[in-house]
Amino acid sequence: MAGFLLRRLLIAVPSLLGISLILFTVLALAPGDPFSEMATNPNVPPEVRESLRASFGLNDPILVRYLRWMAAMARGDWGFSFASRINVDTLILQRVPTTILVIGSSQVVALLIAVPIGLYAGIRPYSLLDQVANTLAFVGFSLPTFFTGILFILVFSIHLGWLPFVYQTDLAASGWRWWWEGFRQAIMPVSVLALFQAASYTRYVRAAVLDVARLDYVRTAQAKGLNPRSVTLRHIARNAMIPVVTLVALQMPIVFGGAIVTEQIFRVPGVGSLLITAMLANDTPVVMAVTFVFACLVVLFNLVADLLYGWLDPRISF
Amino acid sequence: MGSSMTEQDLRNRISDVREGRLSRRAFVRQMAALGLSAPMAGTMLAHGGVAFADATLAYKPTKAGGGGVLKLLLWQAPTLLNPHFASGTKDQIASRIFFEPLAGWDKEGNLIAQLAAETPSRTNGGLSADGKEVTWKLKRNVRWHDGQPFTADDVVFTWQYAADPATAAYTTGSYANIKVEKIDDHTVKVVFKEPTPFWADPFVGAFGCILPKHHFGDYAGAKSRDAPANLKPVGTGPYKFLDFKPGDIITGERNADYHVPSQPFFDRIEVKGGGDAVSAARAVLQSGEYDYAWNLQVEDEILKRMETGGKGKISAVVSGDIEFIILNTTDPDVEVDGERSSIKTKHPTLSDPKVREAMNLLLDRDSIEKFIYGRGGLATASFVNEPKQFKSKTLKYEFSVDKANKILDEAGYKRGQDGVREKDGKKLKYVFQTSINAPRQKTQAIIKQACQRAGIDLELKSVTAAVFFSSDVGNPDTYIKLYCDMEMYTTTQPQPDPEVFLNQSNSWQIANKENKWLGRNVARFSDPAADDAYKAAQKELDPAKRAELLIKVNDLFCRSNTILPLISRTRVVAAASSLMHDHSGWDVDTWNVAAWYRA
Repeated sequence: MAGFLLRRLLIAVPSLLGISLILFTVLALAPGDPFSEMATNPNVPPEVRESLRASFGLNDPILVRYLRWMAAMARGDWGFSFASRINVDTLILQRVPTTILVIGSSQVVALLIAVPIGLYAGIRPYSLLDQVANTLAFVGFSLPTFFTGILFILVFSIHLGWLPFVYQTDLAASGWRWWWEGFRQAIMPVSVLALFQAASYTRYVRAAVLDVARLDYVRTAQAKGLNPRSVTLRHIARNAMIPVVTLVALQMPIVFGGAIVTEQIFRVPGVGSLLITAMLANDTPVVMAVTFVFACLVVLFNLVADLLYGWLDPRISF
Repeated sequence: MGSSMTEQDLRNRISDVREGRLSRRAFVRQMAALGLSAPMAGTMLAHGGVAFADATLAYKPTKAGGGGVLKLLLWQAPTLLNPHFASGTKDQIASRIFFEPLAGWDKEGNLIAQLAAETPSRTNGGLSADGKEVTWKLKRNVRWHDGQPFTADDVVFTWQYAADPATAAYTTGSYANIKVEKIDDHTVKVVFKEPTPFWADPFVGAFGCILPKHHFGDYAGAKSRDAPANLKPVGTGPYKFLDFKPGDIITGERNADYHVPSQPFFDRIEVKGGGDAVSAARAVLQSGEYDYAWNLQVEDEILKRMETGGKGKISAVVSGDIEFIILNTTDPDVEVDGERSSIKTKHPTLSDPKVREAMNLLLDRDSIEKFIYGRGGLATASFVNEPKQFKSKTLKYEFSVDKANKILDEAGYKRGQDGVREKDGKKLKYVFQTSINAPRQKTQAIIKQACQRAGIDLELKSVTAAVFFSSDVGNPDTYIKLYCDMEMYTTTQPQPDPEVFLNQSNSWQIANKENKWLGRNVARFSDPAADDAYKAAQKELDPAKRAELLIKVNDLFCRSNTILPLISRTRVVAAASSLMHDHSGWDVDTWNVAAWYRA
């Protein structure tokens, strides 16, 4: 086990280096200029633009810039944002709580919907509920979040006027009102994401349950005359959850990475919206840091998923 | 203002006002009769020694505070709060809540004192006769948010800070070539190297915000990025800083010690950023979650539909921004010394003035205004449209496919079998590029249709804005490279004076490989007569003569048909029905936020 862990961690280093090199090169080759907004403004002399480029080291060769970035990263310096003129880590850390809150709770809600429905649908395949659940799941992941998001806004904010559609981190309220306002503004983004995620989770859970329910030990348990409830929960559900747990672990990086589209629609200040604004502003240090953190999380959670798998299923050993 | 008689007449009238024989109002009315607008009259009076007019919002509340929260929504999120680092209007709007310049511009282009006690003029001794010196008297009893007094030292420091190239301020251009002297604690003198007719640039408007020396003093030059006050502004503005999350939200509270009595009205201000223009309009006009949304470049029809809810209203003010087309007279397909569209080459057909004349007749500007821009712009044939004293009286536009056909027939361009005209084997087939933006793609389509009827074939190309407007030397699709036959975009005029704006016609500003395509003259226009008139205008202190010279530059530029002006843009905002706001096309939206109130 320890040997496996060490081996995997050692493999992670070159793969992360490779990822960072590719990311850096792609960003450096991508068109665009962080100071493009000055271009159409006649009051900013071209020399100012040039000297800014020089002072941020944008005119150096890619390799020099990459080595500089790597040396800084090794010292824990994540870089300096062109657009905000502050350190990138401060910028990212400001976004993490909201991202975890919104995306994390949407994952929880998605699981709360998907597990019971998937379980029931898997145990009684082709029943009415299974048909309905399947249809809804299909509709759910066919509808993109930008569509459901705008639909929700039109219905709940514009027509009914029940919910706000602009998410605010600095709520001008205190006490229970603060909690209530916070809850109200989170309803729409969380449910849009949760419904989308629940749709695919439901199908995974159903498939896993179907696989397990057909196995001999389940039939044995049923033949022994155990009550159906304990067969479902102890024999089927527990074993069917193994692949689902892995799947959820692999989804975890997304909780940190945010949901770009949904965050834009509801103006949720998460990591995803930071990434997209940084991209549009050609703020490469921020883009680089966010994507690199994301890459690290993917590598890490892959490892976690593998470890979890071994722990949940003793037949697998390393 | 073509004849010297008008000029003399004007001068007499200005002196009548100065000496009290003619009221200001009567002067403006007479000017209107001559076809000149109020802001023009105001600027003329200022140069003639009479104080500027004032078109600011009349402030009704009798005491400060008690207004609750003012919520602004910017669909591009502010990312920093140091006004001298502000790269776009979003950042300028946010920092202007906390910092103020000596003077700002109202919606008619009048200079309004903010931290200055009065705007400089010849009569109050603020402007020297040689046009090289401007003396600003500062307002007394102004305090920074931390209680320190605001003095001339802060103004001088702001100049040193912004002028230092190591600071890497976006505002350097306004400060690098001047000297600023402290006369006493409440007087500063700005000294220009050359006679400068347009002196209201340093310490004025978006680029002019004054920084507190006691917070930034240790952070001028290369250390500028480390200043804690970059993120926690201490200014003189109507609201004090509470919190800032870059790219997300800014909050401020009422400055109880604000230097204008009984202002501001609101107790708290919130500026939220992010999202897109359409949904920002929706949050004000339909759901009413916000009081104000800025820069709504949205098709007017959509805005009109949202307005029917009655929760908010749209308002638009004029600006100098112009949406225009460049016809490339150089050859985009031939490479000379490592660059295409070099002035050493000639476009096979667009270098023919007759073809360009025909193209100008094929732009259905009225339809473009009516069906695409609505309240967002006015059709025009002139590059400079505002302020009105600089607008050409003679340029007219016309849409006529028949006339275009006639001109092309006479010039010898015959239709081929595919319906496309050609002469000597050179076909009238052009690549027409612009940035990706719904109104621009619709405009392209309208122009393409008209051109088809005249036997000109346009291939429409659209480039993502981040690339199109970048100054990336390696990219062939930037607007400055002009590697196409025609292109369309908006160029902004930040001040109510077209001198800097018109440098886009200077032959020494032509964008080329040598200057890394950083020259301002993208159209590659070159005319010695225009250059001479421009140089003369730069030194001319007589406002009437100077306006005449700049109009001449504009007219030569437009009549060459290398540029085809389309739409003079307005600044469109949405505001809650109850909100009394005051935005200007010559300054940032929050320039006078202290005077906003709820009716």
